[in-house]
Amino acid sequence: MQNHQSNTQLRVEHLSKTFVLHNQNGTRLPVLRDANLTVDGGECVVLHGHSGSGKSTLLRSLYANYLPDEGHIWVRHQANWLDMVQAPAREILAIRRHTVGWVSQFLRVIPRIGALDLVMQPLLELGVDRDQCRARAEALLVRLNVPARLWPLAPSTFSGGEQQRVNIARGFIVDYPVLLLDEPTASLDDRNSMAVVGLIEQAKQRGAAIVGIFHDEGVRRRVADRLHDMQPPQAVETC
Amino acid sequence: MTRVSQSTPPLLSVEHLTHLYAPGKGFSDVSFQIYPGEVLGIVGESGSGKTTLLKSISARLPPQTGRILYSPGAAAPQDLYALAESDRRRLLRTEWGVVHQYPMDGLRPRVSAGGNIGERLMAMGQRHYGDIRREAGRWLEDVEIPLARIDDFPTTFSGGMQQRLQIARNLVTHPRMVFMDEPTGGLDVSVQARLLDLLRHLVVEMELAAVIVTHDLGVARLLAHRLLVMKQGVVVESGLTDRVLDDPHHPYTQLLVSSILS
Repeated sequence: MQNHQSNTQLRVEHLSKTFVLHNQNGTRLPVLRDANLTVDGGECVVLHGHSGSGKSTLLRSLYANYLPDEGHIWVRHQANWLDMVQAPAREILAIRRHTVGWVSQFLRVIPRIGALDLVMQPLLELGVDRDQCRARAEALLVRLNVPARLWPLAPSTFSGGEQQRVNIARGFIVDYPVLLLDEPTASLDDRNSMAVVGLIEQAKQRGAAIVGIFHDEGVRRRVADRLHDMQPPQAVETC
Repeated sequence: MTRVSQSTPPLLSVEHLTHLYAPGKGFSDVSFQIYPGEVLGIVGESGSGKTTLLKSISARLPPQTGRILYSPGAAAPQDLYALAESDRRRLLRTEWGVVHQYPMDGLRPRVSAGGNIGERLMAMGQRHYGDIRREAGRWLEDVEIPLARIDDFPTTFSGGMQQRLQIARNLVTHPRMVFMDEPTGGLDVSVQARLLDLLRHLVVEMELAAVIVTHDLGVARLLAHRLLVMKQGVVVESGLTDRVLDDPHHPYTQLLVSSILS
Protein backbone atom coordinates (compact mmCIF):
# COMPACT_ATOMS: atom_id res chain seq x y z
CA MET A 1 0.00 0.00 0.00
CA GLN A 2 2.76 2.44 -0.76
CA ASN A 3 3.31 4.85 -3.64
CA HIS A 4 -0.30 5.68 -4.29
CA GLN A 5 -0.48 8.63 -6.64
CA SER A 6 -2.65 11.31 -5.17
CA ASN A 7 -5.31 10.85 -7.80
CA THR A 8 -5.38 7.06 -7.99
CA GLN A 9 -8.82 5.70 -7.12
CA LEU A 10 -8.42 2.03 -7.85
CA ARG A 11 -5.46 -0.32 -7.83
CA VAL A 12 -5.51 -4.01 -8.70
CA GLU A 13 -2.52 -6.03 -7.53
CA HIS A 14 -1.60 -9.58 -8.55
CA LEU A 15 -5.16 -10.74 -9.00
CA SER A 16 -5.77 -14.40 -9.80
CA LYS A 17 -8.96 -16.34 -10.20
CA THR A 18 -9.68 -19.90 -11.22
CA PHE A 19 -13.22 -21.21 -11.41
CA VAL A 20 -13.58 -24.75 -10.11
CA LEU A 21 -16.69 -26.52 -11.40
CA HIS A 22 -17.19 -29.13 -8.72
CA ASN A 23 -20.19 -30.71 -10.36
CA GLN A 24 -18.50 -31.01 -13.73
CA ASN A 25 -15.65 -33.33 -12.85
CA GLY A 26 -13.87 -30.63 -10.94
CA THR A 27 -12.99 -28.80 -14.14
CA ARG A 28 -10.67 -25.88 -13.43
CA LEU A 29 -10.95 -22.73 -15.52
CA PRO A 30 -8.08 -20.33 -14.85
CA VAL A 31 -9.38 -16.92 -15.92
CA LEU A 32 -7.12 -14.36 -14.29
CA ARG A 33 -3.45 -14.77 -13.49
CA ASP A 34 -1.50 -11.99 -11.85
CA ALA A 35 -3.69 -9.20 -13.19
CA ASN A 36 -2.57 -5.66 -12.35
CA LEU A 37 -4.28 -2.36 -13.08
CA THR A 38 -4.23 1.18 -11.77
CA VAL A 39 -6.95 3.70 -12.56
CA ASP A 40 -6.79 7.41 -11.81
CA GLY A 41 -9.66 9.78 -11.31
CA GLY A 42 -10.84 11.31 -14.58
CA GLU A 43 -9.70 8.49 -16.82
CA CYS A 44 -11.57 5.72 -18.56
CA VAL A 45 -9.75 2.41 -18.96
CA VAL A 46 -11.32 -0.04 -21.38
CA LEU A 47 -10.64 -3.75 -20.84
CA HIS A 48 -9.58 -5.19 -24.14
CA GLY A 49 -9.24 -8.78 -25.25
CA HIS A 50 -10.95 -11.71 -26.87
CA SER A 51 -13.99 -13.43 -25.50
CA GLY A 52 -12.76 -15.58 -22.62
CA SER A 53 -9.82 -13.33 -21.78
CA GLY A 54 -11.30 -12.52 -18.37
CA LYS A 55 -12.64 -9.00 -18.95
CA SER A 56 -15.95 -9.72 -17.35
CA THR A 57 -14.39 -11.67 -14.47
CA LEU A 58 -12.05 -8.78 -13.70
CA LEU A 59 -14.86 -6.24 -13.85
CA ARG A 60 -17.10 -8.34 -11.60
CA SER A 61 -14.24 -8.83 -9.16
CA LEU A 62 -13.87 -5.05 -8.95
CA TYR A 63 -17.45 -4.95 -7.66
CA ALA A 64 -16.85 -7.92 -5.31
CA ASN A 65 -19.49 -9.82 -7.24
CA TYR A 66 -16.78 -12.43 -7.91
CA LEU A 67 -14.24 -13.41 -5.29
CA PRO A 68 -10.66 -13.73 -6.57
CA ASP A 69 -8.40 -16.44 -5.13
CA GLU A 70 -5.40 -14.20 -4.69
CA GLY A 71 -4.38 -10.58 -4.90
CA HIS A 72 -5.87 -7.27 -3.86
CA ILE A 73 -8.30 -4.70 -5.20
CA TRP A 74 -7.64 -1.45 -3.42
CA VAL A 75 -10.39 1.14 -3.59
CA ARG A 76 -10.21 4.63 -2.17
CA HIS A 77 -13.36 4.72 -0.07
CA GLN A 78 -13.91 8.08 1.60
CA ALA A 79 -10.57 8.71 3.35
CA ASN A 80 -9.43 5.07 3.43
CA TRP A 81 -8.02 2.42 1.17
CA LEU A 82 -10.04 -0.79 1.39
CA ASP A 83 -9.39 -4.15 -0.23
CA MET A 84 -12.50 -5.45 -2.00
CA VAL A 85 -11.05 -8.98 -1.83
CA GLN A 86 -10.74 -9.02 1.95
CA ALA A 87 -13.41 -6.59 3.13
CA PRO A 88 -16.36 -8.07 5.04
CA ALA A 89 -19.79 -7.97 3.38
CA ARG A 90 -20.93 -4.92 5.37
CA GLU A 91 -17.99 -2.84 4.21
CA ILE A 92 -18.50 -3.90 0.61
CA LEU A 93 -22.13 -2.81 0.79
CA ALA A 94 -20.99 0.57 2.11
CA ILE A 95 -18.41 0.85 -0.69
CA ARG A 96 -21.12 0.04 -3.24
CA ARG A 97 -23.45 2.63 -1.76
CA HIS A 98 -20.93 5.47 -1.77
CA THR A 99 -17.93 4.75 -3.91
CA VAL A 100 -18.20 2.11 -6.61
CA GLY A 101 -21.11 2.12 -9.06
CA TRP A 102 -22.06 -0.62 -11.48
CA VAL A 103 -23.84 -0.23 -14.81
CA SER A 104 -24.69 -3.48 -16.52
CA GLN A 105 -26.81 -4.60 -19.41
CA PHE A 106 -29.33 -6.34 -17.25
CA LEU A 107 -31.96 -4.76 -15.15
CA ARG A 108 -32.87 -6.78 -12.10
CA VAL A 109 -36.53 -5.97 -11.91
CA ILE A 110 -37.96 -5.53 -8.45
CA PRO A 111 -41.62 -6.50 -8.43
CA ARG A 112 -44.03 -3.58 -8.43
CA ILE A 113 -41.44 -0.80 -8.25
CA GLY A 114 -41.87 1.87 -10.92
CA ALA A 115 -39.03 2.94 -13.21
CA LEU A 116 -38.64 6.39 -11.66
CA ASP A 117 -38.46 4.98 -8.12
CA LEU A 118 -35.98 2.35 -9.27
CA VAL A 119 -33.72 5.05 -10.70
CA MET A 120 -34.01 7.26 -7.61
CA GLN A 121 -33.34 4.50 -5.11
CA PRO A 122 -29.51 4.54 -4.91
CA LEU A 123 -29.49 8.31 -4.33
CA LEU A 124 -32.33 8.13 -1.80
CA GLU A 125 -30.33 5.55 0.16
CA LEU A 126 -27.58 8.14 0.59
CA GLY A 127 -30.09 10.31 2.43
CA VAL A 128 -30.53 12.87 -0.36
CA ASP A 129 -33.78 14.84 -0.32
CA ARG A 130 -36.58 13.11 -2.23
CA ASP A 131 -37.40 16.04 -4.54
CA GLN A 132 -33.78 16.39 -5.51
CA CYS A 133 -33.55 12.64 -6.24
CA ARG A 134 -36.67 12.83 -8.39
CA ALA A 135 -35.44 15.84 -10.35
CA ARG A 136 -32.18 14.10 -11.07
CA ALA A 137 -33.83 10.82 -12.03
CA GLU A 138 -36.21 12.60 -14.39
CA ALA A 139 -33.37 14.48 -16.07
CA LEU A 140 -31.50 11.22 -16.65
CA LEU A 141 -34.55 9.43 -18.03
CA VAL A 142 -35.18 12.35 -20.41
CA ARG A 143 -31.58 12.25 -21.54
CA LEU A 144 -31.82 8.54 -22.19
CA ASN A 145 -35.07 8.96 -24.13
CA VAL A 146 -37.27 6.95 -21.79
CA PRO A 147 -40.79 8.31 -22.43
CA ALA A 148 -42.38 9.99 -19.41
CA ARG A 149 -45.50 7.83 -19.66
CA LEU A 150 -43.33 4.83 -18.65
CA TRP A 151 -41.84 6.42 -15.53
CA PRO A 152 -44.49 5.32 -13.05
CA LEU A 153 -44.66 1.78 -14.45
CA ALA A 154 -42.70 -1.25 -13.25
CA PRO A 155 -40.17 -2.03 -15.99
CA SER A 156 -40.94 -5.76 -16.18
CA THR A 157 -43.09 -5.09 -19.23
CA PHE A 158 -40.64 -2.70 -20.94
CA SER A 159 -38.67 -3.61 -24.06
CA GLY A 160 -35.09 -4.77 -23.62
CA GLY A 161 -33.67 -1.43 -24.69
CA GLU A 162 -35.99 0.51 -22.37
CA GLN A 163 -35.04 -1.67 -19.40
CA GLN A 164 -31.39 -1.19 -20.22
CA ARG A 165 -31.73 2.59 -20.33
CA VAL A 166 -33.60 2.60 -17.01
CA ASN A 167 -30.70 0.65 -15.55
CA ILE A 168 -28.15 3.04 -17.01
CA ALA A 169 -30.01 5.97 -15.47
CA ARG A 170 -29.91 4.11 -12.15
CA GLY A 171 -26.18 3.57 -12.51
CA PHE A 172 -25.46 7.24 -13.16
CA ILE A 173 -27.72 8.80 -10.54
CA VAL A 174 -25.03 8.83 -7.87
CA ASP A 175 -21.73 10.57 -8.63
CA TYR A 176 -19.65 7.54 -7.70
CA PRO A 177 -15.88 8.15 -7.57
CA VAL A 178 -15.43 4.78 -9.35
CA LEU A 179 -17.72 3.54 -12.14
CA LEU A 180 -17.72 0.05 -13.62
CA LEU A 181 -19.42 -0.23 -17.00
CA ASP A 182 -20.33 -3.63 -18.39
CA GLU A 183 -21.17 -3.00 -22.05
CA PRO A 184 -23.64 -0.25 -21.30
CA THR A 185 -24.21 0.54 -24.97
CA ALA A 186 -24.72 -3.01 -26.24
CA SER A 187 -27.93 -3.23 -28.30
CA LEU A 188 -28.66 0.51 -28.02
CA ASP A 189 -29.29 2.53 -31.17
CA ASP A 190 -26.91 5.34 -32.15
CA ARG A 191 -28.88 8.11 -30.52
CA ASN A 192 -29.00 6.33 -27.16
CA SER A 193 -25.39 5.15 -27.44
CA MET A 194 -24.36 8.77 -27.83
CA ALA A 195 -26.45 9.74 -24.81
CA VAL A 196 -24.52 7.15 -22.77
CA VAL A 197 -21.21 8.39 -24.17
CA GLY A 198 -22.23 11.88 -23.04
CA LEU A 199 -22.86 10.59 -19.50
CA ILE A 200 -19.49 8.83 -19.45
CA GLU A 201 -17.67 11.96 -20.62
CA GLN A 202 -19.44 13.98 -17.99
CA ALA A 203 -18.44 11.46 -15.29
CA LYS A 204 -14.82 11.70 -16.42
CA GLN A 205 -14.94 15.48 -16.22
CA ARG A 206 -16.12 15.38 -12.64
CA GLY A 207 -13.16 13.10 -11.87
CA ALA A 208 -14.61 9.60 -11.82
CA ALA A 209 -12.27 6.66 -12.38
CA ILE A 210 -13.96 4.45 -14.97
CA VAL A 211 -13.33 0.87 -16.00
CA GLY A 212 -15.45 -0.56 -18.76
CA ILE A 213 -16.04 -3.23 -21.34
CA PHE A 214 -17.24 -1.94 -24.74
CA HIS A 215 -17.55 -4.08 -27.80
CA ASP A 216 -18.61 -1.24 -30.05
CA GLU A 217 -15.46 0.10 -31.70
CA GLY A 218 -16.85 3.61 -32.21
CA VAL A 219 -17.93 4.02 -28.60
CA ARG A 220 -14.64 2.59 -27.37
CA ARG A 221 -12.68 5.14 -29.38
CA ARG A 222 -14.79 7.97 -28.04
CA VAL A 223 -14.52 7.14 -24.34
CA ALA A 224 -11.27 5.22 -23.81
CA ASP A 225 -8.21 7.04 -22.51
CA ARG A 226 -6.33 3.78 -22.76
CA LEU A 227 -6.92 0.12 -23.46
CA HIS A 228 -5.93 -2.50 -20.93
CA ASP A 229 -4.93 -5.64 -22.83
CA MET A 230 -6.01 -8.91 -21.33
CA GLN A 231 -4.57 -12.32 -22.11
CA PRO A 232 -6.22 -15.55 -21.08
CA PRO A 233 -4.06 -17.79 -18.86
CA GLN A 234 -3.17 -21.21 -20.22
CA ALA A 235 -5.73 -23.80 -21.24
CA VAL A 236 -8.29 -25.67 -19.20
CA GLU A 237 -6.95 -28.18 -16.74
CA THR A 238 -8.97 -31.15 -15.55
CA CYS A 239 -8.14 -33.07 -12.44
CA MET B 1 -3.46 -0.58 5.67
CA THR B 2 -6.28 1.48 7.13
CA ARG B 3 -9.75 0.28 7.87
CA VAL B 4 -13.06 1.97 8.28
CA SER B 5 -13.91 1.60 11.93
CA GLN B 6 -17.10 -0.33 12.37
CA SER B 7 -18.05 1.15 15.67
CA THR B 8 -21.69 -0.01 15.72
CA PRO B 9 -21.83 -3.20 17.76
CA PRO B 10 -23.69 -6.20 16.35
CA LEU B 11 -27.29 -6.63 17.44
CA LEU B 12 -27.01 -10.39 17.64
CA SER B 13 -23.92 -12.58 17.88
CA VAL B 14 -24.20 -16.31 17.38
CA GLU B 15 -21.15 -18.21 18.59
CA HIS B 16 -20.43 -21.85 17.78
CA LEU B 17 -24.05 -22.86 18.14
CA THR B 18 -24.93 -26.55 18.02
CA HIS B 19 -28.12 -28.51 18.44
CA LEU B 20 -28.22 -32.00 16.99
CA TYR B 21 -31.21 -34.33 17.36
CA ALA B 22 -29.25 -37.06 15.67
CA PRO B 23 -26.03 -37.08 13.64
CA GLY B 24 -26.59 -34.70 10.71
CA LYS B 25 -30.03 -33.66 12.07
CA GLY B 26 -30.14 -30.12 13.43
CA PHE B 27 -27.18 -27.78 13.10
CA SER B 28 -23.58 -27.74 14.17
CA ASP B 29 -21.00 -25.07 15.02
CA VAL B 30 -22.80 -22.10 13.46
CA SER B 31 -21.38 -18.60 14.02
CA PHE B 32 -22.45 -15.24 12.59
CA GLN B 33 -23.33 -11.68 13.57
CA ILE B 34 -26.19 -9.41 12.58
CA TYR B 35 -26.06 -5.62 12.61
CA PRO B 36 -28.97 -3.16 12.75
CA GLY B 37 -30.67 -2.82 9.38
CA GLU B 38 -29.10 -5.98 8.02
CA VAL B 39 -30.97 -8.87 6.43
CA LEU B 40 -29.41 -12.31 6.60
CA GLY B 41 -30.76 -15.08 4.42
CA ILE B 42 -30.37 -18.75 5.32
CA VAL B 43 -30.74 -21.02 2.32
CA GLY B 44 -30.48 -24.77 1.81
CA GLU B 45 -32.69 -27.74 1.02
CA SER B 46 -35.32 -29.04 3.42
CA GLY B 47 -33.73 -31.04 6.20
CA SER B 48 -30.58 -28.91 6.16
CA GLY B 49 -31.33 -27.60 9.65
CA LYS B 50 -32.25 -24.04 8.73
CA THR B 51 -35.61 -23.97 10.50
CA THR B 52 -34.11 -25.57 13.62
CA LEU B 53 -31.36 -22.96 13.59
CA LEU B 54 -33.93 -20.18 13.25
CA LYS B 55 -35.83 -21.57 16.25
CA SER B 56 -32.71 -21.63 18.33
CA ILE B 57 -31.53 -18.10 17.53
CA SER B 58 -35.03 -16.74 18.17
CA ALA B 59 -35.10 -18.01 21.76
CA ARG B 60 -37.36 -20.99 21.15
CA LEU B 61 -34.89 -23.89 21.32
CA PRO B 62 -31.89 -23.92 23.67
CA PRO B 63 -28.65 -24.92 21.94
CA GLN B 64 -26.63 -27.86 23.24
CA THR B 65 -23.42 -25.87 23.00
CA GLY B 66 -22.46 -22.34 22.01
CA ARG B 67 -24.21 -19.12 22.89
CA ILE B 68 -26.19 -16.20 21.48
CA LEU B 69 -25.49 -12.66 22.60
CA TYR B 70 -28.15 -9.98 22.29
CA SER B 71 -28.37 -6.46 23.69
CA PRO B 72 -31.93 -5.85 24.92
CA GLY B 73 -32.85 -2.17 24.70
CA ALA B 74 -29.65 -0.25 25.23
CA ALA B 75 -28.22 -2.79 27.67
CA ALA B 76 -24.90 -4.57 27.30
CA PRO B 77 -24.86 -7.85 25.34
CA GLN B 78 -26.39 -10.71 27.27
CA ASP B 79 -26.41 -14.45 26.82
CA LEU B 80 -29.89 -15.14 25.51
CA TYR B 81 -30.38 -18.48 27.21
CA ALA B 82 -28.96 -17.17 30.48
CA LEU B 83 -31.90 -14.74 30.68
CA ALA B 84 -34.90 -15.68 32.77
CA GLU B 85 -37.62 -17.44 30.80
CA SER B 86 -39.96 -14.49 31.40
CA ASP B 87 -37.42 -12.04 29.97
CA ARG B 88 -37.01 -14.17 26.86
CA ARG B 89 -40.79 -14.27 26.43
CA ARG B 90 -41.01 -10.52 26.80
CA LEU B 91 -38.33 -10.10 24.16
CA LEU B 92 -40.38 -12.19 21.73
CA ARG B 93 -43.45 -10.06 22.39
CA THR B 94 -41.73 -6.69 22.07
CA GLU B 95 -38.29 -6.18 20.51
CA TRP B 96 -38.46 -9.30 18.37
CA GLY B 97 -40.89 -10.70 15.87
CA VAL B 98 -41.31 -14.22 14.56
CA VAL B 99 -43.07 -14.80 11.25
CA HIS B 100 -44.04 -18.45 10.86
CA GLN B 101 -44.24 -20.27 7.57
CA TYR B 102 -47.89 -21.20 8.23
CA PRO B 103 -49.56 -17.93 9.19
CA MET B 104 -52.10 -19.55 11.52
CA ASP B 105 -49.17 -20.75 13.67
CA GLY B 106 -48.53 -17.11 14.45
CA LEU B 107 -52.11 -15.81 14.66
CA ARG B 108 -54.98 -16.31 17.10
CA PRO B 109 -57.88 -17.86 15.18
CA ARG B 110 -60.65 -16.71 17.55
CA VAL B 111 -59.47 -13.11 17.78
CA SER B 112 -60.31 -10.45 15.17
CA ALA B 113 -57.67 -9.16 12.74
CA GLY B 114 -57.52 -5.90 14.68
CA GLY B 115 -57.21 -7.83 17.94
CA ASN B 116 -54.36 -9.91 16.56
CA ILE B 117 -52.42 -6.74 15.86
CA GLY B 118 -53.51 -4.94 19.03
CA GLU B 119 -52.46 -7.79 21.30
CA ARG B 120 -48.78 -6.99 20.91
CA LEU B 121 -49.41 -3.33 21.65
CA MET B 122 -51.19 -4.31 24.85
CA ALA B 123 -48.22 -6.52 25.75
CA MET B 124 -46.12 -3.37 25.47
CA GLY B 125 -48.40 -1.69 28.02
CA GLN B 126 -50.81 0.27 25.81
CA ARG B 127 -54.29 0.38 27.33
CA HIS B 128 -56.23 2.98 25.33
CA TYR B 129 -58.70 1.04 23.18
CA GLY B 130 -59.18 3.81 20.61
CA ASP B 131 -55.42 4.25 20.09
CA ILE B 132 -54.85 0.54 19.74
CA ARG B 133 -57.66 0.19 17.22
CA ARG B 134 -56.40 3.16 15.22
CA GLU B 135 -52.86 1.79 15.15
CA ALA B 136 -54.14 -1.67 14.16
CA GLY B 137 -56.15 -0.07 11.35
CA ARG B 138 -53.14 1.82 10.10
CA TRP B 139 -51.13 -1.39 9.98
CA LEU B 140 -53.86 -3.26 8.13
CA GLU B 141 -53.68 -0.61 5.44
CA ASP B 142 -49.88 -0.74 5.40
CA VAL B 143 -50.04 -4.44 4.61
CA GLU B 144 -52.81 -3.82 2.09
CA ILE B 145 -55.68 -5.46 3.95
CA PRO B 146 -58.96 -3.51 3.62
CA LEU B 147 -59.82 -1.65 6.82
CA ALA B 148 -63.34 -3.09 6.55
CA ARG B 149 -61.92 -6.48 7.54
CA ILE B 150 -60.64 -5.27 10.92
CA ASP B 151 -63.32 -7.13 12.90
CA ASP B 152 -63.13 -10.37 10.89
CA PHE B 153 -61.40 -13.50 12.14
CA PRO B 154 -58.16 -14.37 10.34
CA THR B 155 -59.62 -17.80 9.54
CA THR B 156 -61.85 -16.04 7.00
CA PHE B 157 -58.78 -14.56 5.21
CA SER B 158 -56.93 -15.95 2.20
CA GLY B 159 -53.43 -17.38 2.76
CA GLY B 160 -51.76 -14.26 1.42
CA MET B 161 -53.85 -12.00 3.65
CA GLN B 162 -53.13 -14.16 6.68
CA GLN B 163 -49.42 -13.91 6.00
CA ARG B 164 -49.64 -10.12 5.70
CA LEU B 165 -51.67 -9.98 8.90
CA GLN B 166 -49.01 -12.02 10.66
CA ILE B 167 -46.37 -9.58 9.46
CA ALA B 168 -48.42 -6.60 10.67
CA ARG B 169 -48.88 -8.27 14.05
CA ASN B 170 -45.13 -8.67 14.36
CA LEU B 171 -44.10 -5.24 13.15
CA VAL B 172 -46.64 -3.12 15.03
CA THR B 173 -44.34 -2.90 18.05
CA HIS B 174 -41.45 -1.71 15.86
CA PRO B 175 -39.22 -4.65 16.67
CA ARG B 176 -35.48 -4.45 16.20
CA MET B 177 -35.19 -8.02 14.93
CA VAL B 178 -37.52 -10.21 12.95
CA PHE B 179 -37.13 -13.92 12.28
CA MET B 180 -38.97 -15.28 9.26
CA ASP B 181 -39.41 -18.87 8.18
CA GLU B 182 -40.28 -19.18 4.47
CA PRO B 183 -42.42 -16.02 4.60
CA THR B 184 -43.58 -16.48 1.00
CA GLY B 185 -43.82 -20.29 1.00
CA GLY B 186 -47.18 -21.63 -0.04
CA LEU B 187 -48.33 -18.38 -1.63
CA ASP B 188 -49.25 -17.70 -5.25
CA VAL B 189 -46.47 -16.09 -7.23
CA SER B 190 -48.51 -12.89 -7.70
CA VAL B 191 -49.10 -12.63 -3.96
CA GLN B 192 -45.44 -13.42 -3.28
CA ALA B 193 -44.26 -10.42 -5.28
CA ARG B 194 -46.59 -8.17 -3.34
CA LEU B 195 -45.39 -9.54 -0.02
CA LEU B 196 -41.73 -9.32 -1.00
CA ASP B 197 -42.14 -5.72 -2.05
CA LEU B 198 -43.82 -5.01 1.27
CA LEU B 199 -41.09 -6.72 3.27
CA ARG B 200 -38.31 -4.97 1.39
CA HIS B 201 -39.99 -1.64 1.99
CA LEU B 202 -40.50 -2.26 5.71
CA VAL B 203 -36.96 -3.48 6.24
CA VAL B 204 -35.52 -0.32 4.67
CA GLU B 205 -37.99 2.05 6.29
CA MET B 206 -37.81 0.65 9.83
CA GLU B 207 -34.10 -0.26 9.77
CA LEU B 208 -35.09 -3.75 10.80
CA ALA B 209 -32.58 -6.50 11.21
CA ALA B 210 -33.98 -9.74 9.89
CA VAL B 211 -33.12 -13.38 9.48
CA ILE B 212 -35.02 -15.03 6.66
CA VAL B 213 -35.03 -18.77 6.10
CA THR B 214 -35.95 -19.68 2.56
CA HIS B 215 -35.30 -22.31 -0.06
CA ASP B 216 -36.14 -19.79 -2.78
CA LEU B 217 -32.95 -18.18 -4.06
CA GLY B 218 -34.94 -15.45 -5.83
CA VAL B 219 -36.43 -14.39 -2.50
CA ALA B 220 -32.97 -14.49 -0.94
CA ARG B 221 -31.50 -12.35 -3.69
CA LEU B 222 -34.20 -9.75 -3.38
CA LEU B 223 -34.24 -9.43 0.39
CA ALA B 224 -30.95 -10.56 1.91
CA HIS B 225 -27.70 -8.62 2.16
CA ARG B 226 -25.78 -11.71 3.18
CA LEU B 227 -26.38 -15.44 2.87
CA LEU B 228 -25.57 -18.55 4.80
CA VAL B 229 -25.79 -21.74 2.77
CA MET B 230 -26.59 -24.79 4.88
CA LYS B 231 -26.22 -28.44 4.11
CA GLN B 232 -26.80 -31.26 6.60
CA GLY B 233 -26.65 -28.93 9.55
CA VAL B 234 -23.44 -27.19 8.60
CA VAL B 235 -22.86 -23.76 7.04
CA VAL B 236 -20.93 -24.63 3.89
CA GLU B 237 -20.65 -21.13 2.44
CA SER B 238 -21.46 -17.58 3.44
CA GLY B 239 -20.98 -14.06 2.18
CA LEU B 240 -22.47 -11.21 0.20
CA THR B 241 -25.70 -12.45 -1.42
CA ASP B 242 -24.84 -11.71 -5.04
CA ARG B 243 -21.30 -13.06 -4.60
CA VAL B 244 -22.58 -16.37 -3.19
CA LEU B 245 -25.17 -16.75 -5.96
CA ASP B 246 -23.06 -15.52 -8.91
CA ASP B 247 -19.70 -17.00 -7.87
CA PRO B 248 -20.54 -19.99 -5.69
CA HIS B 249 -17.47 -21.81 -4.38
CA HIS B 250 -18.77 -24.83 -2.48
CA PRO B 251 -19.94 -27.83 -4.54
CA TYR B 252 -23.32 -27.77 -2.82
CA THR B 253 -23.87 -24.05 -3.52
CA GLN B 254 -22.89 -24.61 -7.14
CA LEU B 255 -25.45 -27.38 -7.36
CA LEU B 256 -28.13 -25.23 -5.72
CA VAL B 257 -27.50 -22.29 -8.04
CA SER B 258 -27.28 -24.39 -11.19
CA SER B 259 -30.58 -26.07 -10.34
CA ILE B 260 -32.63 -22.89 -10.72
CA LEU B 261 -34.78 -22.67 -13.80
CA SER B 262 -34.11 -19.43 -15.57
